[in-house]
Amino acid sequence: MSETAEHSPHHIDVKEFHPRAQAAIHNPKIRQNFRKAMDGLMTKRKSAFEGWDLETLRDLGANIRLRALANLPDLLEQLEQKLTENGIKVHWAVDGDEACRIVRDICKARDAKTVIKGKSMVSEEMELNHYLEEQGIEALESDLGEYIVQLAGETPSHIIMPAIHKNTDEISELMHEKTGTDLSHDVEYLTASARLQLREKFMNADVGVSGVNFAVAETGTLCLVENEGNGRMTTTVPPCHIAVTGIEKVVPNLEDVTALLALLTRSATGQHITTYFNMISGPRKPDELDGPEEVHLVLVDNGRSSIYQDDELLDTLRCIRCGACMNHCPVYTRVGGHTYGTTYPGPIGKILMPHLIGLDEGRHLPTASSLCGACGEVCPVKIPIPDLLVRLRQESVDGDKLHPAKVRGHGAKRGAVEAMVWKGWSWMHAHPGMYRFGTSMAARFRKLQPGQIGGWTQYRTAPKLAPKTLHERLKERGQ
Amino acid sequence: MSSRDTILQRLRNRSGGNLTAPNCDFSVLERPDWPVSERIAMFEKNIESVHGEVHHCTEETWLDRLAEVLSTRGARNLLVPKEHEIGLKLRSAVEREDLPNLLIYDEPIESWQSVLFNDVDAGITSTRGGIAETGSLILWPTADEPRLMSLVPPVHVAVLYASDIYTTFHEAMQVQDWGAGMPTNALLISGPSKTADIEQTLAYGVHGPKELIVLIIE
Repeated sequence: MSETAEHSPHHIDVKEFHPRAQAAIHNPKIRQNFRKAMDGLMTKRKSAFEGWDLETLRDLGANIRLRALANLPDLLEQLEQKLTENGIKVHWAVDGDEACRIVRDICKARDAKTVIKGKSMVSEEMELNHYLEEQGIEALESDLGEYIVQLAGETPSHIIMPAIHKNTDEISELMHEKTGTDLSHDVEYLTASARLQLREKFMNADVGVSGVNFAVAETGTLCLVENEGNGRMTTTVPPCHIAVTGIEKVVPNLEDVTALLALLTRSATGQHITTYFNMISGPRKPDELDGPEEVHLVLVDNGRSSIYQDDELLDTLRCIRCGACMNHCPVYTRVGGHTYGTTYPGPIGKILMPHLIGLDEGRHLPTASSLCGACGEVCPVKIPIPDLLVRLRQESVDGDKLHPAKVRGHGAKRGAVEAMVWKGWSWMHAHPGMYRFGTSMAARFRKLQPGQIGGWTQYRTAPKLAPKTLHERLKERGQ
Repeated sequence: MSSRDTILQRLRNRSGGNLTAPNCDFSVLERPDWPVSERIAMFEKNIESVHGEVHHCTEETWLDRLAEVLSTRGARNLLVPKEHEIGLKLRSAVEREDLPNLLIYDEPIESWQSVLFNDVDAGITSTRGGIAETGSLILWPTADEPRLMSLVPPVHVAVLYASDIYTTFHEAMQVQDWGAGMPTNALLISGPSKTADIEQTLAYGVHGPKELIVLIIE
């Protein structure tokens, strides 16, 4: 494989959102699994914030993220300097492919054959597992949900709970088939089996790969939030640890982390805190007896610096990846994460992915929303998701005079007929004579109106034009 | 141009111009100055809600309580710090028959990894404090108490002085001045390892300890 060749991703056509949504809606198992999980998560989130001044805390969260973004280039340099002082090697990647090559080169330099991975959404963006396999390096997920999804040859359907689309029966059958565990409904047994299977892997892996929740510039600290202990294993047991993160995850101070952590875990799973909050500031020191000899951080851009150019779209970069927007989204809850066909599903995916893959690919994403506003209301860092959806919808038909389109692939949703209809509409409204003539003609010939209007009449009856126009009726009333 | 310079230059030459950084007011994280007794009660309630087990002890009684806790679990051995007073005290009580075999983590993990993973039943560590609001323990692993002591054995016993329980994480960080310098690895531990990845059903002890036992010394 040449240095520049892009590695082949497993092809899911993002454009095919609608057929996948139809299939998911008609799949009672998918709907039940998601409904049950999301209802539970909504209740848990609510009770986790009881006794908190949630609005003020959300303001603080938003301000912390905005402050970090305002100083992003300086903070990244400070982070690099601190990490380097601490003995952590820093790498920069403009896109996922370059990030994959950096990971490969570190592995090759150590002659590594096996990689164990903690949960990392950026590595999903990079399709790292796929790439490493192609390079002859085994990459195994160690988060239980990710492990299950990997056994099934699938991708995560939720950013916090990767295997939420499967129920216990399905997981039991999968583990029985792939790992030889007994068929069982006992979650404890299934979990204990996975523990045994993965312990061997932790001990023998040459490299551990993890994500990062917050990177602290002040002290050069990488923070990881997790419940299972697999994240600690991954970052402690193998002799080499590679962390990968988007460039937006940096915050100035340790103090910032206290507020963001309080928001993150409560918003995500309704926990006051996760079992482990792991803060890594360096490789093993000479007198220490465990921990990796080498620690690397790969800072991944992959489209983030272009989001950064626009004042409005920039808000997307505030995201702390809690998943609350998807848990509360009426569309996500019904169709599930795989329908979107993107690394990040749900509301945040609908505003983040168009930047990463372009609107030609992701043209349906901003319209896969009822604009009910729930996502914006629960977002712990107050990302105005509904406003951004509207903005991206404008971009998908090439923007307007106030909002010249900026995202790659803008105008992908513009249809010749629709454009003509709107042009005619605006012309008619600008010419009162034509407007009166047109509306009275429409009222007179209302019998000719079609009974079926595309998607609208699939679940509704067609609206009927009134026999008289508003102008005519007002005239009759002498006004 | 290197990728580093490309990325930094794109960020610096932002087409939208300079951004202003808003002020961050952390007062929403502040809590009243609770007395120690209230902090203990809250710590206990919160850590128990995530399956942690709390025992109230004194300097005189913790050894007895530890022996009891370990014997009910049938622990054959216990990994102890080599130099920390917890380890010293335990090792000086070697004539006691109700304590399991004491093991010391005094060589690099590579030389005894499989023993640690397969044959150690329990480990005991000190803590740098606790956090009442979330029921968390603060651990800064050291050469004397390495990282894996609190992760690999199925039972983790942590010794916490009641006077070191802070109300919030924010308070603990400020009082202990973490900004001045962080250790290789710092941890908050709140309960034993757990997962809900299989149909939202909680299961404990997935990769780390199945049980977390806190001896609070008052």
